[in-house]
Amino acid sequence: MDDAALRARYPAVFTRPLLRRCGYALGALLFGCWLVALCIWFEITPARLSHGVAGLFVILRQMVPPRPGSQWLDILQGLAESVAMAFLGTTVAAVIALPLGFLGARNVVVNAMAHFSVRRMFDGFRGVDQLIWALAFVRAVGLGPLAGVLAIVAADIWMLAKLYAEAIENADRHQAESIVAVGGTRLAVIRFGLLPQVFPVLLAQVLYSFESNTRSASILGVVGAGGIGLQIAERIKVRYWDEVSFIIILLLVTVASIDTVSARLRRRLIA
Amino acid sequence: MSDNVASLEAAFLAHRRQRRVLGLCGGVVLGACLLVSAIVSEASPAALIDGAPRALTYFAKLIPDLRLPVLFDGTATQGSLAYWMYRIDLWAWLLFETSQMAALATLAGAVIALPLCFPAAANLAPRRGIYRLFRRMLELLRAVPDIVYALILVWTFGVGPLAGILAITLHTAGTLGKLFAEAVENADLRPWQGLQAVGATWLQSVRFAIFPQVLPNFLSYVLMRFELNVRGATVIGFVGAGGIGQELYSVISFNYYQEIGAIVVLIVLVVSVIDMMSERLRRAVIR
Repeated sequence: MDDAALRARYPAVFTRPLLRRCGYALGALLFGCWLVALCIWFEITPARLSHGVAGLFVILRQMVPPRPGSQWLDILQGLAESVAMAFLGTTVAAVIALPLGFLGARNVVVNAMAHFSVRRMFDGFRGVDQLIWALAFVRAVGLGPLAGVLAIVAADIWMLAKLYAEAIENADRHQAESIVAVGGTRLAVIRFGLLPQVFPVLLAQVLYSFESNTRSASILGVVGAGGIGLQIAERIKVRYWDEVSFIIILLLVTVASIDTVSARLRRRLIA
Repeated sequence: MSDNVASLEAAFLAHRRQRRVLGLCGGVVLGACLLVSAIVSEASPAALIDGAPRALTYFAKLIPDLRLPVLFDGTATQGSLAYWMYRIDLWAWLLFETSQMAALATLAGAVIALPLCFPAAANLAPRRGIYRLFRRMLELLRAVPDIVYALILVWTFGVGPLAGILAITLHTAGTLGKLFAEAVENADLRPWQGLQAVGATWLQSVRFAIFPQVLPNFLSYVLMRFELNVRGATVIGFVGAGGIGQELYSVISFNYYQEIGAIVVLIVLVVSVIDMMSERLRRAVIR
C-alpha cells in the first residue's frame, strides 16, 4: 500500500481533528501576542539587544586574561568568609529546623489542621528570598558577615524544616509502633523510633543545603552582608573586568570542590 | 548458651565503643570547623548579644500596626488595611512585572537549553568530546549566580527589566540544560535504535524517538524552574534589574518599615499562589 492509499484509509492518523487544530492555532496566536506584548513592555528591540551584546563582547574581551589584581588578599578573605558563613549558617539552621521538622511531619503531629498550618507557615517563610533577609539583617545588625550568617539561617530553616518533615513522613512506621508497644513516651518514639531511621537522610539534606548555601553566600555581599560578593560588586562598579573573571573562576573552583567533597560524604551517609 | 550471650554482649559493647569514639572524633572536627567559621564570619557571642535585640526590634517594626475597629476603613485612617497597603496598585503592577520577567526568562532559558541538552546527554552525544564540551558549557552557565549576571548586564543593557530577564535566562539555560540532559539520559533507547536502523539522521532520531518521550519531563522541569525564577526575580531588582526588587530595595534603604512588611507579605502571597498553580499544572503534565 502506498502513501496516498494509507492517507485515504486512515485520515485520522495523518490529520488532527478540525476543532483541535483551531485550538492549537488559537493557543499559538495568544502565545505570540503575549510575547509581542512583553517585548514592547520591556522594550526588547533588536537594536537594543545587538547594542548590549556588542557591549558584552567588549567586557568579555577585557575579562581575559583573568588577573588577581593587587588586592588579592581581600579576595581570598572574602572567599573564606563566604564559606564560613555558609558553614555556620547551615549548621545553626539545621539544628533549629530539627524540632520544626518533627512538628511539620504528619506522623508526629497527627492533627490535620495543625499539620496544614505548620506546613503553610514553612511555605510562607520560604517565599522570602535569602537576599531579602540579608538586606533586612544588614539594616538590623550592621554591615558584615554576621548579617550574612543570620540571613542564611533565617532563609534556610524553613527549607530544611520542610525537607526534614518530608523525610520523617517517609520513615517506616513499624519501628515507631514497636516503641509504642513497649510503652515508650511520645518523645521516646521520636528519639528511638524515628530519629535513627531518618538521621542519615537529614544529614544528607543538610550537606546538600550547605552546597547550595556556599553558592548563595557568594552573592550576599552584593547587599553588604559579607563574603566574596562585596569584592565582585566593587570590582564590577569600577570595571576591573579581569579581576571579576578571576573571582568568578576562583568561585567556580571552590564551589566545585565543596560539591565533590559533600557528594562523597553524602554517598557514604546514604549507603 | 551463656558463652554465646557473653560474646554477643562483648561484640556489642566493642561496636558501641567504636561508634562512640568515631562520633566523638566527628564532633571534635565539627566543633573546630564551627569555631573557625565563627571567627572568620565575625559571629562572636558579644556581637550576637549586641545584635539580637536590634534585630528583634527591627523585625517587630515591620509588623503593621493594624487595629480591628478601623481595619476596613479608607487609606486616611491609621491602622486600617488600606492605610498599610496604600500603594497596592503600584506594588501589584510591579509584582505582575516580576512574574512576567520570570516567565519570559524561563521560556528563553528553556529555548536555549533545548538544543544544548541533546549533545550533552551521554547516550546520544555522537562523540565523547562533544558530550564533555556541552556539559562544561552548561556548567559554566549554571555556576554564575543570576545576580552576578545581572550586575554585569546592567552595565551593557542599562538599568531595567531587560538586564534582569537576560540574567535569569543565562542561569536558567544552564540549570535546565543539565536537568534536560539527565532526562534524556534516562529515556528508553529502543525507539532511537529503531529509527537509526531505518536510516534516520541524528536530528530526525532526536525529534521523533527521544523528544516525545522526554517532553512531559521537560515541561515539569520548566514549571519547577519558573517557580524558582519568580523568587529570584523578586530580588534581581536589588542591583537595578527591574521588578519589585527595586522598590523593595528603596523602601528598605529608607527604613519605611510598614511598607517593607507590606511588600514582603505581597511577595509571599504571589509566590505561594504561583507555586500552587504550577504544582497543579505539573501534576497534570506528568500524568
